[in-house]
Amino acid sequence: MIKIEKLHKSYPIGKDSLHVLKGIDLHIKEGEFVSIMGSSGSGKSTLLNIVGLLDIHDEGNYFLNGQLIKDMNEKKAATLRNKFLGFIFQSFNLISYKTALENVALPLYYKGMNRKQRLEIALEYLDKVGLKDWANHLPNELSGGQKQRVAIARALVTKPKVVLADEPTGALDSTTTDSVMDLLKDINNEGMTVFVITHEEEVAEQTKRIVRLKDGVIISDEYTNAAKSN
Amino acid sequence: MKFLFDSDTWQEIYGSIRKNKIRTAITIIGVLWGIFLLVVLLGSARGLENSFNKLFGNFATNSVFVWTQSTDKPFKGFQEGRRFTLTLNDIELLTSEYANEIRLLAPRNQTNNLIIKDFKSGSFNVSGDYPIVDQIQKKQLLYGRFLNENDILSNAKVAVISEDMYKQLFDLDEFPIGQLVKINSINYKVIGVYKPSTSVDFDGDTAYIPFTTFKKVYNTANRVDWMMITAYEGVDIEQMEKDVLLTLKGLHKVHPEDERAFGSVNLGKEIGKVTGFLTGMQFLTWFVGIATLIAGVFAIGNILLITVKERTQEIGIRRALGATPKSIRQQIILESVFLTTIAGMIGIISGASILALIDTFLGAGDDAVLINPTVDIPIIIIAFTTLIVLGTLIGLIPAHMATIVRPIEALREE
Ligand SMILES: Nc1ncnc2c1ncn2[C@@H]1O[C@H](COP(=O)(O)OP(=O)(O)O)[C@@H](O)[C@H]1O
Ligand SMILES: [Mg+2]
Repeated sequence: MIKIEKLHKSYPIGKDSLHVLKGIDLHIKEGEFVSIMGSSGSGKSTLLNIVGLLDIHDEGNYFLNGQLIKDMNEKKAATLRNKFLGFIFQSFNLISYKTALENVALPLYYKGMNRKQRLEIALEYLDKVGLKDWANHLPNELSGGQKQRVAIARALVTKPKVVLADEPTGALDSTTTDSVMDLLKDINNEGMTVFVITHEEEVAEQTKRIVRLKDGVIISDEYTNAAKSN
Repeated sequence: MKFLFDSDTWQEIYGSIRKNKIRTAITIIGVLWGIFLLVVLLGSARGLENSFNKLFGNFATNSVFVWTQSTDKPFKGFQEGRRFTLTLNDIELLTSEYANEIRLLAPRNQTNNLIIKDFKSGSFNVSGDYPIVDQIQKKQLLYGRFLNENDILSNAKVAVISEDMYKQLFDLDEFPIGQLVKINSINYKVIGVYKPSTSVDFDGDTAYIPFTTFKKVYNTANRVDWMMITAYEGVDIEQMEKDVLLTLKGLHKVHPEDERAFGSVNLGKEIGKVTGFLTGMQFLTWFVGIATLIAGVFAIGNILLITVKERTQEIGIRRALGATPKSIRQQIILESVFLTTIAGMIGIISGASILALIDTFLGAGDDAVLINPTVDIPIIIIAFTTLIVLGTLIGLIPAHMATIVRPIEALREE
């Protein structure tokens, strides 16, 4: 599903450049549940953003679903994002003037689906994350956990092949963290590939594979107990 | 173009317009005010122009009026301060000497008399005139006719009176034509009643009688009180005025540089002053109008700029969810076109309403200041489209920026 070879990424800082990813090799197969761990600034988000086509890499190869990602125009990238990828952000990134239902339905709008169908499916997914009764509330009327569940519903609504989550529980307390992780596990059990960044061991433990990053290189990559018990 | 007829597109626009109430309000007020000002300005200028046109409308504008005063220089043995009069010989001479320039030359004698009709009376001006004064300034007749050549030849005792005289001397609904009025103990038959001019008027309220009749009755012999000269089209009226005055000075032994001996009013010159003023007005209107439009364009562009900056993060989110740059640009453009169109239409409607109000309160009656203040629709359409197109183009710059950066950069924007 995701295949990365000798990936490099630097950020220009004034005249210098900050070498953040220094040759990453990573292969994630369809249906995996992978977490990336590493200290702050180790390049986790940078990697995820490249995988999510939100950013571009400098060197190396990246294959998404077998397709080499190189010199891609924005229109094509947008279509790929819409078709293959679902995003969950630490800060939720809901559109503040849209209700929960409209937020969830938005990716389907860009898919070109009609409104009636869109809202129907969106409601279905809100129901899945247990927020059917909150469908017509604006984001600022929801708690942090509820917002993240809306964001998850939005990430899932297009039935993406890969769900990318950048510290999805970073802004949540432990109980809501558990409910979000349960949702991600459910998604994975349905066959979706889930790729999640975290710096919480308890969270990483619940995934099936932990990739550890340090100073822009992978220092370990191993399957967890959760994977073995399966 | 399909996206235009997509209810979802409008749903999105409605959503973002509702969300950004202040921005929406500012855009609408900015555009509305610009268009409103333009409509009212252009309309008022047009109204002013119309009223000036009406003011001079029934005048042969290339006319000069000449009369005598007293000399201010001694000349050829005559003392300064000498009084003299124009004569019928002057008329003849000018007519033949300036045959190529002068189209109409009308001498006039004038006095003030009591006019009596039965038991009513009033004091009015009485003018001895030729029928051609009707060509210099057209008389609007309520009843009957104006003087004609026959009246002149037969020294007819006929009079054309003004509406005021008619109202003052006659009973209500009394038919005036053929009735007799007494001027200076002589009976005149009323042959016409005219409406006083609503525009510039050099005659005032006067009873017109044939020049020849006047000459006989008042015993004016050769004397002429004043003359009205109308030049042919294309003749330099100012030059003609100078030439005619010089000729007259020669005839009456007046120093060529005498400034006071002859009084004259050059209608062409007077109107020229007003026309110059009008041209200035028009220029000013256009200047203000275009400045307003440019200001409007910048206002819209500015607002869109702020908006897009404000919305960069939202654009990032939308892009992460699969929005193409095109769909984002379309939305921003449509939003601005929609807002400016609505605002522009409200502006045009309110501007037009103000013009209608002006027309009602200032545009009616004889002394109307602004007559029929209107704006050409093509001008408004051009102004309107300029506003929308330029405003949108300026707004498109930041919108474009928000779509060419990598989505992650848009997302990071707080
Ligand atoms: N747009 C950017 N410009 C410059 N430096 C950046 C940018 N984004 C991230 N960085 C730097 O790159 C390094 C890795 O960042 P990031 O991938 O966000 O790390 P993590 O998510 O692991 O905390 C950090 O030192 C960060 O300061
Ligand atoms: Mg990070």
